[in-house]
Amino acid sequence: MKAGSKLESTACDTQVMVIRNTQEEAVIECGGAAMVAAPAPGDKVEPTAEYASGTLMGKRYVDEDGTIELLCIKAGKGSLALNGVALGIKDAKPLPSSD
Amino acid sequence: MNIALLLQMAADAGPDRIGLACEGTSWTYDDLYCAAKGAAIVFEQSQCDYVALLDESSEAAFIALFGAAIAGKPYVPLNYRLADEDLAALIKRIQPAYLIGNITRASAVTDKADGHHIIARTAFVNEAISAGAAASGEEKPNDGIAAQIFTSGTTAAPKAALLKHSNLLGYILGSVEFMASTEDECALVSVPPYHIAGISALMSSCYAMRKIALLPSFTPEAWLDLATGERASNSFVVPTMLSRIIESLDAGYASDLSNLRAIAYGGGRMPPELIDRALDLLPTVNFTNAYGLTETSSTIALLGPEEHRAAKSSADPDVRARLGSVGRALPAVEIEVRDEEGKVLPPGERGEIYVRGEQVSGEYREKSALTADGWFPTRDAGYMDTEGYLFLAGRADDVIVRGGENISPGEIEDVLELLPEVSDVAAVGIPSEEWGEAVGVAVVYKDGHALSDNEICEIIRKRLRSSRVPERVLTLERLPYNEMGKLLRREIKALF
Repeated sequence: MKAGSKLESTACDTQVMVIRNTQEEAVIECGGAAMVAAPAPGDKVEPTAEYASGTLMGKRYVDEDGTIELLCIKAGKGSLALNGVALGIKDAKPLPSSD
Repeated sequence: MNIALLLQMAADAGPDRIGLACEGTSWTYDDLYCAAKGAAIVFEQSQCDYVALLDESSEAAFIALFGAAIAGKPYVPLNYRLADEDLAALIKRIQPAYLIGNITRASAVTDKADGHHIIARTAFVNEAISAGAAASGEEKPNDGIAAQIFTSGTTAAPKAALLKHSNLLGYILGSVEFMASTEDECALVSVPPYHIAGISALMSSCYAMRKIALLPSFTPEAWLDLATGERASNSFVVPTMLSRIIESLDAGYASDLSNLRAIAYGGGRMPPELIDRALDLLPTVNFTNAYGLTETSSTIALLGPEEHRAAKSSADPDVRARLGSVGRALPAVEIEVRDEEGKVLPPGERGEIYVRGEQVSGEYREKSALTADGWFPTRDAGYMDTEGYLFLAGRADDVIVRGGENISPGEIEDVLELLPEVSDVAAVGIPSEEWGEAVGVAVVYKDGHALSDNEICEIIRKRLRSSRVPERVLTLERLPYNEMGKLLRREIKALF
């Protein structure tokens, strides 16, 4: 999954763009189901209870080791995970506007 | 990756919000995205390889930047202040181009045989809008390049700096929070579209969803009028702009800056007394000093509002000195100061500034300037203090080599600038039979003040060492700067 790739959730409206990924075998999930480049109509599932806290547009999501970073480009009801481990929102210290 | 994402997200999250205002017309994010998608179709149909802009700031710059991104073609904003001959040489390097703006000028400096598609601003915008109605917005493959910006070329032919989508997105995503702006915020953009700050301002305000008010051509009165009329909350200015705005305010020009919260400045050396005066005159405004280069997708270090206030009010001379620094590296950027052999220097020692990070391109159409491990040598000279605050000391190329000893002009300028009689000063290398090169100093005195050349020499001898003592001192009415506030040292050299 190259930086710049876009993925869509099969469990909700969430879309992400991969900003960084150092894991070759990464399974990126949303709402408990693997995200795909272009979901077919039959792919739709409901988010599982464990992964239903929602995504926020414009937030960056990372794993604890910093091996992956995703930008949420469309929000949805599911929440993100990497290989079954929930991702967290990257802390970004607000910077003063410089341009 | 594609910078079009920034506009797509803004249009998705707030289609009806006003994204841009220019000369009495307002554009929502949906309007802007539709026009950009339409522009992409127009660009593809033209079969040109580049999208170029030869024009002052207007909505066309915004639409062309994002339209070119969707179409997968590099966006090349051109400096309309260049002489015809220089402009013609640049346009030769981007053929065939879809060339938007001043058609009379563009036709005069291009060959018909080169296949350029020349179109006036309004005609382009209208075509983009009408093609946008049915446009899919599908992003075409690109070779990674979002923008190609010609450097000012003060020492040699202008270089074509290449900014990749990944550089520009890296900068925006690393420094701007999506939709961080409220609807009462407005960024007044007064830098020209061919300047990196003019491009990054469009992208960062779009992603923050802060309305952009474009000023086509800077005068202090026009800036104050637009700031008043649009209730501007933010602006980026170069030091000469700030100086002229303050002169107008001091002269009593009527304005209402009650919504103005932040001014960022950069692009040239800010005289300490000017920023001091600005802080006094506009006590409620947050000042940020931004340091960056075209090759680094704009800002790499900044001195924030709190740091300005802390420096201004401090009794500690080291902290107070930071008012003259460009602050610290952005979180996603690494900065080092190195000597001529490439060895990293300890705090306080002057050398060349190196930078590394996602936003750093460091590549030109002609060649890459990056080191093997990805560092970009900026050719700016400077030093860092113990807390990581970066101080600039001119261009590395400006170093004066006197009998094999390297002298930074900044060492001498820093001493003389603080004299109460002096308003501006520049030290340059001048030819010397004995030393190869020696120090020449050009001084501008404040009204009603002056020092003798001997007094200047004695001050340098006492504060620095004898090798720094100028061989010649010139008194000038003013120093030459370019329109973006950059000191033209070559012109000063020519006066000796």
